[in-house]
Amino acid sequence: MNNSFKYNLLVCGGTGCTSSDSEIIISTFKEECKENNIDKEVKVTRTGCFGLCELGPIVIVNPGGYFYCRLEVKDVPSIVKEHLIGGNPIKDLIYKETIQDDKIIAFDETPFYAKQNKIALRNCGVIDPGEIDEYIEHDGYKALDTVLNSMTPDETIAVVKDSGLRGRGGGGFPAGLKWEFTKNNESSQKYVLCNADEGDPGAFMDRSILEGDPHSIIEAMTIAGYAIGASKGFVYVRAEYPIAVTRLQSAIDVAVETGMLGNNILKSGFNFELEIRLGAGAFVCGEETALIHSIEGERGEPSYKPPYPAESGLWNKPTLINNVETYANIPVIFNKGAKWFASIGTEKSKGTKVFALGGKIKHTGLIEIPMGTTLREVIFEIGGGIPNGRKFKAAQTGGPSGGCLPESLLDIKIDFDSLTSVGSMMGSGGLIVMDDSNCMVDIAKFFLEFTVDESCGKCTPCRVGTMRLYEMLQNISSGKAVIEDLDKLEALCHVVKSSSLCGLGQTAPNPILSTLQYFRDEYVAHIVDKKCPAGVCADLLTYTVIEDKCIGCTLCAKNCPVDAIEGSVKKPHIIDVDKCIKCGICVDKCKFDAITR
Amino acid sequence: MCENCNGQFGTDEQKEKLINYISKNKDVDGGIIAIMQEAQSIYGYLPREVQEIIADETNVPLSKIYGISTFYSQFYLEKKGDFHISICMGTACYVKGSGDIMNAFRSKLGLSGEETSKDGRFSIEATRCIGACGLAPVLTVNDNVHGRLTVEDVDKIIELYKSKEV
Repeated sequence: MNNSFKYNLLVCGGTGCTSSDSEIIISTFKEECKENNIDKEVKVTRTGCFGLCELGPIVIVNPGGYFYCRLEVKDVPSIVKEHLIGGNPIKDLIYKETIQDDKIIAFDETPFYAKQNKIALRNCGVIDPGEIDEYIEHDGYKALDTVLNSMTPDETIAVVKDSGLRGRGGGGFPAGLKWEFTKNNESSQKYVLCNADEGDPGAFMDRSILEGDPHSIIEAMTIAGYAIGASKGFVYVRAEYPIAVTRLQSAIDVAVETGMLGNNILKSGFNFELEIRLGAGAFVCGEETALIHSIEGERGEPSYKPPYPAESGLWNKPTLINNVETYANIPVIFNKGAKWFASIGTEKSKGTKVFALGGKIKHTGLIEIPMGTTLREVIFEIGGGIPNGRKFKAAQTGGPSGGCLPESLLDIKIDFDSLTSVGSMMGSGGLIVMDDSNCMVDIAKFFLEFTVDESCGKCTPCRVGTMRLYEMLQNISSGKAVIEDLDKLEALCHVVKSSSLCGLGQTAPNPILSTLQYFRDEYVAHIVDKKCPAGVCADLLTYTVIEDKCIGCTLCAKNCPVDAIEGSVKKPHIIDVDKCIKCGICVDKCKFDAITR
Repeated sequence: MCENCNGQFGTDEQKEKLINYISKNKDVDGGIIAIMQEAQSIYGYLPREVQEIIADETNVPLSKIYGISTFYSQFYLEKKGDFHISICMGTACYVKGSGDIMNAFRSKLGLSGEETSKDGRFSIEATRCIGACGLAPVLTVNDNVHGRLTVEDVDKIIELYKSKEV
């Protein structure tokens, strides 16, 4: 930070906060500072994501790390007057958890931040992603300079191998080995690809890195290009991420202008160019061969491996493909050393992992934790536990390829192998928490609906198998199944798993298998008792008024969209089950818990 | 199937803009998807007529263009409503009730699937995770994001856009 500034305001410009007007907050801060003649003392920086998206829009005032959250534009003038001019932070607008015994602590001392270790996200929420100078001030392009001007490609690959870094896109394949395989395949033309087709619903770390620290990806891909002998790279980004695409493109342009990309990079004689390709909405394109076909301008269908992309990838040339978070770790590994990186994490999973916490959890947002942190620490300490006094039921990792883990597994140490051993997987890092109002059969059905929709249709086990699985779940959730169906369901899961062409089909049954393993009771309740214990599956619900509790306030009847509730004032109401569409509005409206389902 | 019945689909400006873009980009390796994305941003969707222009100008068979446009969920073969409501069906939104919000929109707008309302004002779709999980459940209406929704907000959102100019 430039010392001539008295205050540095960091305003989150990630997608979450931008959706709640952080851009207007930035411009209002600038205007207000100007009007009060303090614009030369206050620096307003638009940064990437701070992680606590739940509380957006967020503004951090430094020095001091004062954490203003859920700000509205109308709050800005008072912050300028009282805090920036008067020197008195406004307690009412500051995040409650930073106020302890009437004293305000810095945001990074709260449980949400204190337990984290930010490596991949090191610059997110710290620097202005639009300013290459700020990236350089934070050791940016230092690793590139070291690699290009003092290391051989083999030495470069050795560092990545020694670090123990494994691919963060889901598979967990050792990154250094991938680099080595691609280097060893001789060809006059090779490619470096970045998989930013973040399709795992509920995961948004790749987007946050591209938005908050785009130069780290450019730097890492250039290092990779040098290591494997490629002069061209592509970043394949989802078109649904407009802010990420714009920031990455302008970062690429600036990198070319300043000699960090293009010809004769950092006067080393090495040339590397980078291009963005936009995805068009197909989950399967997160699979590497499908992604390659999509860049080639084809339908994004996967192909059989081997040959692996390292041998024959984009336009049949040797191709290295890693995901965004994997690349984000690379520059730090070179700056701080492979040994340092390998000292973090567990025996077989080194470093950290970024997770997107979502669902029924107090602190929704983005976190980065050392591998080996337990699920319990993540959910109850960092995540703040389950809101609204409800009870934890399951944690879902790995998206449509992963599984639901029950309370008994909360003490599992999170790493690639431990999650796989209990029937889930790391995936790209979505971590969705569910409480006792979520039905596990319904969740399994939700994921299968997703895979049915996203199955590309190329191979039969996935195309037909996922549909049959979905239909079986539908029968269960509508009370039409018999108990023998559970065995059939499980058997078909194993067929789809073992015979599908690509990762999408091979992992699609995981949500069913894990819920069958840990929540079999719920399946049985749907089949045998014809009941949905969580009160979700509409076909199995009957809404009834509990006479003793109903005081006849008429609120339910007024809100019923189909006029299915009858009754007069101060007398218990009655629900006409034939008319009822089971929308649940009456239950939400009733203040006396007088309606059951 | 022409919009203004002079034998041509869309306006001259639209066609010129598309042909211009194609002539500059048709030699980019694998660039056909980007051309189709541009075409959709010009016309709003990709009916057969627009796919034919692309096929003619790029020398890519129409069957292949059709194959690509039906593979990727971003491409629309049917015209969307003036206000296109995309309800996020990512896991974080789903566990927080986006399914109920979808059903509420359907019943309020009288739609059964993902079609466009009869007056052409609204269309709805279930969209993939838009990554604003902190605001779950979330939806977008054209480019505007609405987050932290409850079923009760559905009426307000419809009211907000009902009488709005596009």
